[in-house]
Amino acid sequence: MNEFQEKLVHFTWPEPKKSYDVVIVGGGGHGLAAAYYLATRHGITNVAVLERNYIGGGNSGRNTTIIRANYGIPEAVRFYQHSLELYQTLEAETGRWIMHQEKGILWMAHSEIGMQQQKARAAINRAFGAKTEFLTPEEILKVCPEIDLTGGGVWPVVGGSYNTEAATARHDRVNWALAEGAMMRGVHVHQKTAVTGLLMEGNRVTGVQTDKGPISAGIVMSAVGGHVTSLAAMAGLRLPIRTHPLQAFVTNHYARTFHPIVASTNLLFYVSQTARGEMLMGAEIDPQPSYNYRSDHHFLQSCAFRATTLLPFLRDLRVLRQWTGVCDMSPDYSPIMGKTSVDGFYITTGWGTWGFKAIPASGEQMAQLIATGETPEMIAPFALSRFAEDRLMADRGSAGTH
Amino acid sequence: MILLNCPNCGQRNSLEFRYGGEYNPRPAKPLETSDAQWADYIYMRTNKSGVQKEWWYHRAGCGLWFLAERDTRSNEVMQTYLWEPAAKEVGD
Ligand SMILES: Cc1cc2nc3c(=O)[nH]c(=O)nc-3n(C[C@H](O)[C@H](O)[C@H](O)COP(=O)(O)OP(=O)(O)OC[C@H]3O[C@@H](n4cnc5c(N)ncnc54)[C@H](O)[C@@H]3O)c2cc1C
Ligand SMILES: [Zn+2]
Repeated sequence: MNEFQEKLVHFTWPEPKKSYDVVIVGGGGHGLAAAYYLATRHGITNVAVLERNYIGGGNSGRNTTIIRANYGIPEAVRFYQHSLELYQTLEAETGRWIMHQEKGILWMAHSEIGMQQQKARAAINRAFGAKTEFLTPEEILKVCPEIDLTGGGVWPVVGGSYNTEAATARHDRVNWALAEGAMMRGVHVHQKTAVTGLLMEGNRVTGVQTDKGPISAGIVMSAVGGHVTSLAAMAGLRLPIRTHPLQAFVTNHYARTFHPIVASTNLLFYVSQTARGEMLMGAEIDPQPSYNYRSDHHFLQSCAFRATTLLPFLRDLRVLRQWTGVCDMSPDYSPIMGKTSVDGFYITTGWGTWGFKAIPASGEQMAQLIATGETPEMIAPFALSRFAEDRLMADRGSAGTH
Repeated sequence: MILLNCPNCGQRNSLEFRYGGEYNPRPAKPLETSDAQWADYIYMRTNKSGVQKEWWYHRAGCGLWFLAERDTRSNEVMQTYLWEPAAKEVGD
């Protein structure tokens, strides 16, 4: 399918009802996907997604769209590989061109210990279903001839892991395809509708208060990205989340094709080429938490410096745009999905800088939880209760920056 | 850029400092603190959208740890000052 064959998306915007079986707070990818899978997999359509701004206006429309499964712990590899596979068929399933493109991602190592880590990553990935191999510098050069293997004389490339099925997809189109698919089956999406409080009866959530009036609900699911702490507080819950800004930027059009996604474990930057030919780059979160969307020059300078060290051709390009999203960072760099100690209140959070790739699987699994009331086995390890149990799902080296 | 006023060195770019986390006093009576309270202290955060009290360390400067009150929505720093034990935190 291509842009010419594709018709415009069909959105419908009905008037809000007083009551729904399920109210999902947040119209980012995770909220829309849960609605989509509730409708398509479980026939549950008396559902509303409430979005205080416009759908995809949060991180789901600000990210660098990298989809990969090269995580470091078994539960995560299995989960992200499942999500990666759902993305592979999402175009056929929704009939919408989400511009899914398989590219492969290279994670460069620059030291003996880094090399051992990438070998271990490849092994654990293969053991749990993700297609990752270890590459020598010569093999890396075949995948990405632009790399300076000496790393500017400072960061020599000694090897790397290569997750061959890694891909990118157009973020807006993913959000729209899921929204449209849900709406077509009767789900309501209400934009410009902010949740300002939760309606409670004892330890049970019975609905939401919005700036347009109260709406009652059998189940309320939170999918509000970096703003989750204040939403959870409305239910009297404290979360282990810190909200940190993450920035990214694109250059002008690079005339040649740059196929793979390239990242460095030491230099902490990553780069890919957009469908328009722009080089898209990101790096680590801002060091202090903040809800501020301002981008800064320090980030641009330090990220560009590191990227040009490995990929000298980037020096000839110019920066076009820079932007920021605010991310829900968890202490163990793993997501938090499932039930909470408050009845009828479910959350999907802790998506930090890496949750775009998880949109289909998180949506599918949360929908199953809502439909059945039982936590699916795949997401059980990621429950919020793990912190009180002191059972972390530590995977910082894999969550990285994208 | 965030400007921070080090109580020793004066107004500097925040890149000279290391952020040290939101102000989160350790439970005053460890032996009477339940597992749930410890878990809350270690993992849970207020993560305030608004004026937050937080630690900073003047890494590329005088080496001082101090407190700041910063609006996390605007990054405006309202005030910085040295830590002093609150009356109720003393004496254990
Ligand atoms: C610069 C950047 C680059 C990234 N790169 C990648 C990447 O390459 N790969 C990857 O996998 N991930 C990446 N991520 C992370 C990814 O974007 C997020 O994890 C993901 O989009 C989270 O989706 P979400 O639906 O949970 O949150 P969001 O998309 O942020 O949606 C939350 C929505 O909730 C709404 N909301 C908040 N409060 C309320 C309220 N009270 N009432 C109603 N609505 C409310 C917001 O307006 C928002 O639209 C990146 C993030 C950023 C910022
Ligand atoms: Zn100082």
